[in-house]
Amino acid sequence: MSEPLIRFENIHKRFGTNEVLTGVNLSIYPGEITTVIGKSGGGKSVLLKHIVGLMEQDEGRVLIEGKPLREMTRSERRAMKRRFSYMFQGNALFDSMTVYDNVALPLKEKIAMPKKEIPKKVAKKMEQLDLHDIHNKYPSQLSGGMQKRVALARALVTDPEIILFDEPTTGLDPVRKNAVHSMISDYQQQFGFTGVIVSHEIPEVFYISQRIGMLDEGRIIFEGKPEEIQSSTDPAVQRFVQAFESRHDQLTGMAPQSQGEKRFREEMARMDRYQNVFSLILLTMESIDGKRKRNHEAHQTALKEFALRIRNHLRVTDICSRYGMNKLMIILPNANQEQAREVCAKLADKLQTTRGADALFGSEGCFRVTAGIAEASKDRPIEQVLAAAEEARNPFYEFRVC
Amino acid sequence: MSQVAAVAAPVAAMGRFVLFLLQEMGRLAIFFLRGLIHIFYFPFQFYKIAEQVYFIGMKSVFVICLTGAFTGMVLGLQGYYTLVKFGSEGMLGPAVGLTLIRELGPVLAAIMVTARAGSAMAAEIGIMRISEQIDALDTMNINPVRFLFSPRLAGALISLPLLTAIFDVVGIFGGYLTGSLMLGISPGIYFSHMVDAVVMTDINGGFIKSVVFAAVVATITCYQGYYTHIRAEGFGAKGVGLATTSAVVFASVMILITDYVITSFLL
Repeated sequence: MSEPLIRFENIHKRFGTNEVLTGVNLSIYPGEITTVIGKSGGGKSVLLKHIVGLMEQDEGRVLIEGKPLREMTRSERRAMKRRFSYMFQGNALFDSMTVYDNVALPLKEKIAMPKKEIPKKVAKKMEQLDLHDIHNKYPSQLSGGMQKRVALARALVTDPEIILFDEPTTGLDPVRKNAVHSMISDYQQQFGFTGVIVSHEIPEVFYISQRIGMLDEGRIIFEGKPEEIQSSTDPAVQRFVQAFESRHDQLTGMAPQSQGEKRFREEMARMDRYQNVFSLILLTMESIDGKRKRNHEAHQTALKEFALRIRNHLRVTDICSRYGMNKLMIILPNANQEQAREVCAKLADKLQTTRGADALFGSEGCFRVTAGIAEASKDRPIEQVLAAAEEARNPFYEFRVC
Repeated sequence: MSQVAAVAAPVAAMGRFVLFLLQEMGRLAIFFLRGLIHIFYFPFQFYKIAEQVYFIGMKSVFVICLTGAFTGMVLGLQGYYTLVKFGSEGMLGPAVGLTLIRELGPVLAAIMVTARAGSAMAAEIGIMRISEQIDALDTMNINPVRFLFSPRLAGALISLPLLTAIFDVVGIFGGYLTGSLMLGISPGIYFSHMVDAVVMTDINGGFIKSVVFAAVVATITCYQGYYTHIRAEGFGAKGVGLATTSAVVFASVMILITDYVITSFLL
């Protein structure tokens, strides 16, 4: 593993007699999305503000590329800040400026960019974030979701190396929430920035993060990969995840990923005991015309509608869950691979024949769903079965829903 | 022991207050100097300064004319009935002119600007503070003092002397209205005696006062808004309300105190 880009060492922070951070240790690695999860009012935002010097710790050290922030000279700090962008919880858009001026401000004031280039760069970023015809509007004239996107555009317009997101999905409905997560994930893959997210949106943040830090009682009680947190046997971690994770994924109405994995393990146990077979279908939704990059909301709406239709056509005994940003996993108990293939074919047929798909999905984009089928076998963990299903994605089962 | 504590408590409280006062004054002075220096830093913020000249200056012209006119008119009335007792009603012009140019013009114009533009500046910056807009500037590597305070300070330094001049002129005509047109003093006497009595030192004094008041008004009102978040008595909207009130009260009191100090030096 590479050296941490940002490292918190034994950070303590007090507000009067209230000690919010009581010895935080956490590493953030370059090119990854690290999410800090924790209860509301637990000090997540306070921790984030320490990175850019908006707050100063009472004890401990914040190291940026191994250099303590406090020991940096003014010019070093300025140079460091140039590499960061910060997306605030309440967006912090300048309400007396238009949307265009908000997005252009960091370029006008911070970057030595030719004046002619600024409108082009702003227009491009706004186009990428699906912000059309709102250049001259003021933030108060926009919806909450739109304001989030403007804040994201402002954070991305300088092409920063590190972006800090303070609860970027607060107050958004499930479609917009997933759209923002999908946007962050896509842009991170596209531009390779290092992202630090503060959130309590479990399990959604697990789909887009490479690392998770769990803040509880002012300390990091878990640091690792999302899959590690879900399989953690630490009772405190388990209690925490269970308390925050909803029984149903808010977007799809299906079980969340952890529930799907739990059901997989139960079926494996049943297989061991009764020699039952079972199979797994992995449905992956993709954009055909590349519009997903521009219209994340449409993509999430389509995924929501698609999940609803899948649920309506499955057997009562079938188990379906969300598995990542754009994947759905269906477990078919008592079905071998051949039977699963038949179920999938019928499913594809029903989805194609019921009403005009594009009208039903109500999306601007053109989406394709591929299906991969794999049969579970003893001593084959879920990852291997999913990998087999991923490899077996068959074009025969493509559903064009546009 | 308890008697000692009872005696020490007020002293300690006073000590704390003095320390707080010194700290606030120091912070205010640093805030002013940072704002002043950044006016002259490259790149110059011409457009933002012009916007503030429009907001502080142009938009205050009406209220300045109104208060100037009525101040001059009331000075004309009061001056006439006082001077007529001594048979010196011919000195009404100098009385009105000198009062306005030396004292009332700079002071009242500054108080009017505090009420109209100063309160707005304190509230605007205060809201920016509580909605994290100032933190956002900081994270963008934009100096908030330069971005928010320097143009307002420059705008006030340009506008207030001009507004004071307008106040003086309108006030003099207000005095003419009551003294000459209503009460019958000859316009020639009113103006010629005024021209004889008012010297350049009086105008310079008024100008110096207006420049100092501009710095006082802009610094105090912007400072109160900028540090809304560290107020002990209130947060959020309440904090902004309190910051605005303190800005207006503190700036008005400081105008009167500095007026006395400057006058004592000038005379």
